Amino acid sequence: MTITNEPGADVAVPSELITVIVDGVAIGVPKGTLAIRAAEMLGIEIPRFCDHPLLDPVAACRACLVEIEGVPKPQPACAQVVSDGMQIKTQFSSDVAREAQEGVMEFLLLNHPLDCPVCDKGGECPLQNQAMSVGRPESRFTLDKREFEKPINVSAQILLDRERCVSCARCTRFADQIAGDPMLELLERGAQQQVGTADDEPFDSYFSGNTIQICPVGALTSATYRFRARPFDLVSVPTACEHCASGCSLRTDYRRSTITRRLAWDDPEVNEEWNCDKGRFAFPYMQQGRLEWPLIREDGELRTASWPEAIDVAARGLQAAGKDTAVLVGGRSTVEDAYAYQRFARAVLGTDNIDFRARANSAEEHSFLASRVAGTPVQVEYSDLESAPTVLLVSFEPEDESPIVFLRLRKASRTGTRVYSVGSGTTRGLEKMAGTCIPALPGREADVLASLPADVRDALAEPGAVIMVGERAAASSGTLTAVVELAESTGAALAWVPRRAGERGALDAGALAGVLPGGRPLTDAIARNSIAQAWGLAESDLPRPGLSGVELHDAITEGRISAALVGGVEPADYPLDAVEALGDLDFVVSLENHHSAVTELADVVLPVAVVSEKSGTFVDWEGRPRPFGQVFRDAMMGSDAYVLGMLASALDRAQPSTVTDIRAELGRLGPWTGSRIPFEPARVDSAQADTTGEVRLDSWRLLLDLGVMQEGDPHLAATARPTVARMSPGTAQRFAIGTHVRIEGPGGFVQLPVELDESMIDGVVWTPMNSEGCRVYRDLGVGYGHAVSIAPATEGGSA
Amino acid sequence: MSTPLTPVITEFWDRPDLYTLDGYRAVGGYRALERALTMDPDDIIAQVKDSGLRGRGGAGFPTGMKWGFVPQGDGKPHYLVVNADESEPGACKDIPIMMANPHALVEGVIIASYAIRANHAFIYIRGEVPNAIRKVEFAVKQAKEAGLIGSNIQGSGFDLDVVVHSGAGAYICGEETALLDSLEGYRGQPRLKPPFPAVAGLYASPTVINNVETIANVPYIVDRGVEWFRGFGTEKSPGFKVFAVSGHVKRPGIYEAPLGITMRELLDYAGGMRDGSEVKFWIPGGSSVPMLTPEHLDLPLTYESMAEAGTMLGTGTPMVFDQTTSVVKAVTRWLEFYKHESCGKCTPCREGTYWITGVLEKFEHGHGQEQEMETLTSLCSQISGRSFCALGDAAATPYPAAMKYFRDEFLAATHTSADEQFDPVASYVFAGAAAR
Repeated sequence: MTITNEPGADVAVPSELITVIVDGVAIGVPKGTLAIRAAEMLGIEIPRFCDHPLLDPVAACRACLVEIEGVPKPQPACAQVVSDGMQIKTQFSSDVAREAQEGVMEFLLLNHPLDCPVCDKGGECPLQNQAMSVGRPESRFTLDKREFEKPINVSAQILLDRERCVSCARCTRFADQIAGDPMLELLERGAQQQVGTADDEPFDSYFSGNTIQICPVGALTSATYRFRARPFDLVSVPTACEHCASGCSLRTDYRRSTITRRLAWDDPEVNEEWNCDKGRFAFPYMQQGRLEWPLIREDGELRTASWPEAIDVAARGLQAAGKDTAVLVGGRSTVEDAYAYQRFARAVLGTDNIDFRARANSAEEHSFLASRVAGTPVQVEYSDLESAPTVLLVSFEPEDESPIVFLRLRKASRTGTRVYSVGSGTTRGLEKMAGTCIPALPGREADVLASLPADVRDALAEPGAVIMVGERAAASSGTLTAVVELAESTGAALAWVPRRAGERGALDAGALAGVLPGGRPLTDAIARNSIAQAWGLAESDLPRPGLSGVELHDAITEGRISAALVGGVEPADYPLDAVEALGDLDFVVSLENHHSAVTELADVVLPVAVVSEKSGTFVDWEGRPRPFGQVFRDAMMGSDAYVLGMLASALDRAQPSTVTDIRAELGRLGPWTGSRIPFEPARVDSAQADTTGEVRLDSWRLLLDLGVMQEGDPHLAATARPTVARMSPGTAQRFAIGTHVRIEGPGGFVQLPVELDESMIDGVVWTPMNSEGCRVYRDLGVGYGHAVSIAPATEGGSA
Repeated sequence: MSTPLTPVITEFWDRPDLYTLDGYRAVGGYRALERALTMDPDDIIAQVKDSGLRGRGGAGFPTGMKWGFVPQGDGKPHYLVVNADESEPGACKDIPIMMANPHALVEGVIIASYAIRANHAFIYIRGEVPNAIRKVEFAVKQAKEAGLIGSNIQGSGFDLDVVVHSGAGAYICGEETALLDSLEGYRGQPRLKPPFPAVAGLYASPTVINNVETIANVPYIVDRGVEWFRGFGTEKSPGFKVFAVSGHVKRPGIYEAPLGITMRELLDYAGGMRDGSEVKFWIPGGSSVPMLTPEHLDLPLTYESMAEAGTMLGTGTPMVFDQTTSVVKAVTRWLEFYKHESCGKCTPCREGTYWITGVLEKFEHGHGQEQEMETLTSLCSQISGRSFCALGDAAATPYPAAMKYFRDEFLAATHTSADEQFDPVASYVFAGAAAR
């Protein structure tokens, strides 16, 4: 699944090998290797339940007992560190080991209900498989099994059938060691031992679904998948996650053209064996409420149309607007689709008015992305985070905004990586990374970055240090400039971490004004020539630099733009009133898979494929391509690129419209090695720097919120964090805020329960960006870093 | 009576005020501490090593060697933890020591802490014995007030704080690493070793864990010397032992005697078996060690001789049963205890005790099947040596030993219940029961 840029470059060569003998076969292994791993290297499989390569050994299940020469008692291979010359005898060469393992297997099945025929795990169950291979054919146990009430909810999503549990403690260790959410614990003693949670604290971890996947029995199931399918009836396809820029490899399982579940795929270089609950459970959107046919607006109403008619109407409308068209590409596009959008814009419509940033953005960010990110090779990888002595996070909350980055940083912090975060307080995520908050008022990060404590600056100057900046930096002027200056002055590596899966790929594909594919400057003669040649055009046919971001929005509202081609954009994601702006246009074409605020005002709606219906590539925050295949090979829906190809054809232009053809064209273009667009530093926006407002708003999107791609799984939604406003006790006191606060901006107000946070600096209020009861742009009319006023909540007043 | 009793820890137990600082001082208490504080800590470790003192908690590990494992000059805090979680069925010697002579324990704690360079000691006492906890807390308080615990003790420059911690009533917390987890505030379950506590114990720092009686021995060794201590007992089991005899004897109680005394001698001290009764079987030290029969009464009670006889000295608290006792019933009760107390961490102990207990209960009610006797034997061998900690091994102990000596009784239990074989009332210890 993983595409490595430099094969073999990261393979650690162990410095010291020692020799161990397993079942009479000698093998050299690195010092510190566990016996069970040494045996695996020789292809010798020892039974195991509690053992998991990414969890600390616990040696609880005793299924892996082996004989070790010179040791009187059989030892658990999962916890036995090998020593030079150690002779290990597994069940294949030792009666002691075999009998010990068979004994444990017999014990494990005592209180297990053996309800395999009705168990979700049946068919892919380690207990079932190992019982078949090392268990007794008939049980000697004739007494009553212990019983539990079944199932219990450890969270809204995760159900637990305690009688199936073999107490391997994988789930509890995962929760504690990997996720840092130790809300699952083993309770009671002896055969009554059971997994459970505190009464008032469900297992609402963003990573809870992983416990289902690593459970070696069917004790943990999800409300979504439970009783929906048998593993052997499923077809599995390796895929990549479309929910964020972490870049997880997934496995998608379907049955009768319906996705039943998604699992984390083993990808040691990226997501290891984990993923987040959004990636795992948020797939029903693909199968509910889909647009099936093209729609055309007639007399103000949308009506179903045939494909030829809709393509014809759309093509003529866009042709009429020509270079006065804006092309807005959502952050969920694949590289191939984004490439098709920008090629259509530039080669067919003759415009460079294109932007993939369906969110708060800035000219400073444009300059940053064009100069430092677009088309660059991988600069920081996951493994670099693990080995970094120090990581500085700026405008970035990994647990919510890139959960696998969070897991890797947490793993790194457990082995000594120091994590600092420039923000308004120590979040729960930062605590789990043992991180330190460097306090900054939202919008004033630039000042803080310019005057970092000396020890932090020094730490960033150490080899291997990393600065990670999130997409929110665009909403706080001067931040990216300060980050670039800091990286240059300290030598720390710099990584930009967008939130959405398609952003980095869209940038690399050239879906941004002024930036051609591969980060080629639109103003560079060599770049223009090579692109024109690839597209079968004259250099002069390529457009002059167009508009993006705020400038493009202004041009739309001022009537300088007459049409828009919009692919997968939620207008509510912009801090500006994008719906109103788009509504004023003469002609809007929407490529969508669901009805949205854009389809509501579009003149032509063209349905397109979701990820399960197409193949493509995402590029994760590292810059690592995450290609994925089509789940449903007989899907009828075409991709954005396919539809754009039809539009081009209707205008007598040809452009590649299949993944194969687009990849081939990108391959022919190759990487850009010419001059890059220079970075233009920006100064702090004086309006935003104005601190005369009462308090400043800090806000980001929680991992689980009202995002449209999370629709359709109520169990997942129920594990979202409650909507609260956070502030320091000092702030609450100053404004006499009690249990609830009224937050008011120019666009309205919200009333939210208050959570006091000792770690937060005064003069800041935090709210989730897009959660139930608090949609910041819509409800307050301002966003991150802006001044709002707060007061005690008023009776019955809710926005 | 060839072997005399040798009261040392128990010598002044008839003094009502022995539990107080004044009472303890009046009989020479804290003299050893004064001497110890003038000694090089390494010399104290060497002295304890030379004395041959072995752990009195059951395993008999040489105490001085244990102290010697603590790395010195490592810059980490060191801890002394006293295991006062006495909860072994049949064991009743640490709690009486804490009740009657708590200052011997406290003095031992201070000396041992000084020797291993621990500035913090914990006494983890079983939560069900508040009276013992109160006695030890009182002794620690008095010692603090007298400047025997605190900073710069007796001008020696040695600082020590002692914390008395009450457990929450789990047998597993007597297992030393589970005790550490419990002490740290976690659920008590045994830890994976290595690392051993001497390297990474309490709060991941070097830690010595000793039994109450072991520590209470230390002041006497420091005060009276290695020669004196080695004058008792045998080469491999030097010293004296607080034996707690219980069961069908006339005078159950505490008898302090040199190691190497025989059970027959102890029985004599205990007034012999109750009238009209004879020894049927006995266990040398807690239910976790295999039972013996009258033919073993003349074996010396030492670590080595008990091992030779296929059992262990254990806690040195013999339980003696007469002919009115059903072996099936006794073994069932013990297994019920282990099933109830199995912590659940490892499969063999968690599931094995559940299964064995269930089968034994069938036998107790006369519903056993002959082939199940072999099943039980194999189940015990599936636990023994395969479990995570010694609790599993202990649970696998009673049945095989009982089978070795009393197979016929189990065979009879395939058709006749234990209560029909042995009138339960007849086995009661209280007076007059036998007559009914």
